[in-house]
Amino acid sequence: MLFKRFLPLFIFAGIFVAFVVGLSLNPREIPSALINKAAPEFSLPPLQGDGIGLASTDLSNPDHIIIVNFFASWCGPCRIEHPALEALGQMEGVKLFGIAYKDKPAHSLSFLKSLGNPYAKIGTDLKGRSAIDWGVTGTPETFILKDGVIRYQHIGPIHDVQMAEILAIVTELQQEGQ
Amino acid sequence: MRFLLIPIFLMALTLNSAAIGVDKKRLKDPVLEARAQQIMTQLRCLVCQNQSIVESDAGLAVDLRAIVREQVLAGQTDSQIIDFMTSRYGDWVLLKPPFKAATALLWLGPIFLLLIGGFFVFRYVRQKPVASTVEPLSPEEEKRLKHILRDNK
Repeated sequence: MLFKRFLPLFIFAGIFVAFVVGLSLNPREIPSALINKAAPEFSLPPLQGDGIGLASTDLSNPDHIIIVNFFASWCGPCRIEHPALEALGQMEGVKLFGIAYKDKPAHSLSFLKSLGNPYAKIGTDLKGRSAIDWGVTGTPETFILKDGVIRYQHIGPIHDVQMAEILAIVTELQQEGQ
Repeated sequence: MRFLLIPIFLMALTLNSAAIGVDKKRLKDPVLEARAQQIMTQLRCLVCQNQSIVESDAGLAVDLRAIVREQVLAGQTDSQIIDFMTSRYGDWVLLKPPFKAATALLWLGPIFLLLIGGFFVFRYVRQKPVASTVEPLSPEEEKRLKHILRDNK
């Protein structure tokens, strides 16, 4: 009898919890299909007069944790995360590569000239086709790879919170093989 | 009836809005183009979230439409093209989620709720009417009742 009296309260509590949990999830967070899969095959041309481009063979370097960042000069959040990328590019045991997404090489170059170039190598994905192979929906997006396998994907700019997460993952991956 | 003509005419105009008007490069073979468009309606525009790539003019949607057309032209089957998309963007790219363990609640939930509701409705309907516990009126009460009713006339 007591149970029956409180039944509406229990139902309410159940629905309340379901709503609190459900509404606090972020629908924009798209789960990546590529985690723990090998990076896609690609070979991208360099920015004009700048190095030798970027290819999938660059990613299976066993000595380094590889970070691949999709960026564009027209992308505002890319400017915001630029200091974070510079810090990542200078980390020991880490190689940071950039892929310029749907951006005119001249524009990418002047973008990097004014802000500084954090990337060890850069490839240009003029038509955004390579980005689709990576499951990229827009810039900026950042991937962390070990032994050519994608281990982590971050969509959006790297703020302090994500930077801490990325550093933790890099450290974890570095310790993994030892 | 004539007053309906203008609304009907205006509604007919909006029918076009669902069709793809943005792509210049369509497949020449109308059968293949129809197939390509049929596949496109199943794919989510990932940067607009609740539109298919057919309905969106976002850069990514335009690119994905081009890929669907290329692959249709290259003789890929529908499921090969869908696999191409899900291997990159996950099940999220499908507007209709596939039935699997993770989505069982989504697909079966409404049926489950309907059964629960149905059970209670069934029980309520089948409930035996509560036996009347009201005592019949005593002769004295009958008399009073008649009296009251007569007074009210």
